[in-house]
Amino acid sequence: MKDDLIIAGRSFSSRFIMGSGKFDPELIKACVEAGGAQIITLALRRANSKGGEFLKYIPKDVALLANTSGAKTAEQALQIALLARELGCGEMIKVELIGESKYLLPDNHESIKACELLAKNGFAPLVYMLPDLVAARAMVDAGAAAIMPLAAPIGSNLGLANKNLIEILIREINLPIIVDAGIGRPSEACAAMEMGCAAVMLNTAIATSGDVALMAGAFGKAIKAGREAYLARFGRVLENSGEASSPLSGFLE
Amino acid sequence: MLMYLPHQERLDNEILNAVLAERESADFEHYSANDVKIALKKSFLDLEDFKALLSPAAAPLLEDMMWAAKAAKERYFGKNIYLFTPLYISNHCENLCVYCGFNSRNNIRRAQLDDDGIIKELESIASAGFEELLMLTGEAPAFSSVDYIANACRLASERFATLGIEVYPLSVENYAKMHENGSDYVTVFQETYNPRRYAQLHLEGDKTAFGYRFEAQERALKAGMRGVAFGALFGLDMWRQDALSVGLHASLLQKRYQDAEISISVPRLRPIINNSKITPKDVRERELAQIICAYRLFLPFANITLSTRESVKFRDNAVKFGVSKVSAGVKVGIGEHGDDKAGQGDGQFEISDSRDGEQMRAMLRLNGLVPVESEHVFLG
Repeated sequence: MKDDLIIAGRSFSSRFIMGSGKFDPELIKACVEAGGAQIITLALRRANSKGGEFLKYIPKDVALLANTSGAKTAEQALQIALLARELGCGEMIKVELIGESKYLLPDNHESIKACELLAKNGFAPLVYMLPDLVAARAMVDAGAAAIMPLAAPIGSNLGLANKNLIEILIREINLPIIVDAGIGRPSEACAAMEMGCAAVMLNTAIATSGDVALMAGAFGKAIKAGREAYLARFGRVLENSGEASSPLSGFLE
Repeated sequence: MLMYLPHQERLDNEILNAVLAERESADFEHYSANDVKIALKKSFLDLEDFKALLSPAAAPLLEDMMWAAKAAKERYFGKNIYLFTPLYISNHCENLCVYCGFNSRNNIRRAQLDDDGIIKELESIASAGFEELLMLTGEAPAFSSVDYIANACRLASERFATLGIEVYPLSVENYAKMHENGSDYVTVFQETYNPRRYAQLHLEGDKTAFGYRFEAQERALKAGMRGVAFGALFGLDMWRQDALSVGLHASLLQKRYQDAEISISVPRLRPIINNSKITPKDVRERELAQIICAYRLFLPFANITLSTRESVKFRDNAVKFGVSKVSAGVKVGIGEHGDDKAGQGDGQFEISDSRDGEQMRAMLRLNGLVPVESEHVFLG
């Protein structure tokens, strides 16, 4: 069964997205080879570097998703997106507007403005956000191509701390919901996919593990397993009561 | 205590007063090993935890602190270590700071680079692969005027992706001028946060004004700078109090300017020309490591920079547990990068680690770390 991830008309067979904030050639290799990642986010500010080591480690068939990291305003996000377009990164752009430097939390308000500005300029914004339905709806209205709520603060490996809020987004928003930041274990990535997330973005959980390649492989499998379980639809769950083999209403026949 | 000179801009003093009050009341003997252990288990530390990590009780737990600091650094920075190099364009100075090689009474060769000299130095540094530059002058507005520094910023920003400045404290308007010319972060060392000691050490010049210097980072942020750097010069006064002041100053400013990027440096006193006896005394490498760990755990998001004042061995190990940014290819004299290797003007202090960029990159790779030249696009 073909079950591709479709974002802004582009099709991906893998639902493992690699974040590149903790850039490391070994990590890229592991995520692509063992984990099967097909999309790698790219801080444009680094790609732009003359050092440019980053790009040579990314296989040609892996899509680069430029992000606006470093921008603080919608206008600056557009500046970065335009630079990314010139570098050949295409129309997909990850909107990452960090509102404060201590917890690295996104600025939803400014991100909505960025979505609108980017969409007007022909971009397909994938928006990193604090999981908030009202803000997500505004992002959809502003032209977002995907919503990327954080499961827990960036780099924390704390898991699906915002599970209930992300479930609301999955139920209510008719766009891919991609969990971005916070996932620490393959079981949590699997749980996010079982919930109905379209993809999971990973970086620190793999970068800080004891065996990067083994962990990338484990995440790859967990994401697939979670997706298949979601597609298969779960069987019923027995909660507080049993189910009698002889129904109580049988005498009514 | 002289807070400002008449011509200097004033802010609200709120952060300054809070830092000085904490510094005055801190009792580092009050903390136990248990307080340190509790702090080491937290993801986000409060001020009491920070004090515990700076206390004598933390010293026997340094190994545990280093592991906790390593984990915190990897959480925010992964394996990345940022590289930069400083460029001194002038060593004229109007201040009399008794510990500094640039001080106005010290008999050194004074020099200031003109445009050609600056360009030669910039191109020599750029050809060594660096993309981040920290441009420095002595503190002498009569020589290195605002226009002179702004012009140097323009020349440097044409050749480097990231440009910081470490010059005499400026007004908001003049920091804005530097920003317009391509500089994006500002480093100012308070040297010591003890106002009485500060007054004893800074005898002449604009630098005598403690408050104006303290508020330099805030003025830089008001002017639109992306980031600011803080530091005390360890060895000038009681190090626990100075480290506490630096951490609290940075933390309070981050709360007020939430998106500011924060950096901290940890210099110790070094011998200078005409005074080879200057040393940090009670801040040995053990204490310096404790300070780095305490900063890393209290402000895990901040860059911690270690200069070539420290030994090769210390630098090679500090990048593993706490430091996220190092200088390389350092020449502290004026005009030493270009053709004239002897330079035209003397340096501010003696360096300990003379490795060039390639040697630093190789060392980092050998340790499983990733050297990063720049990840910044100047957005104006």
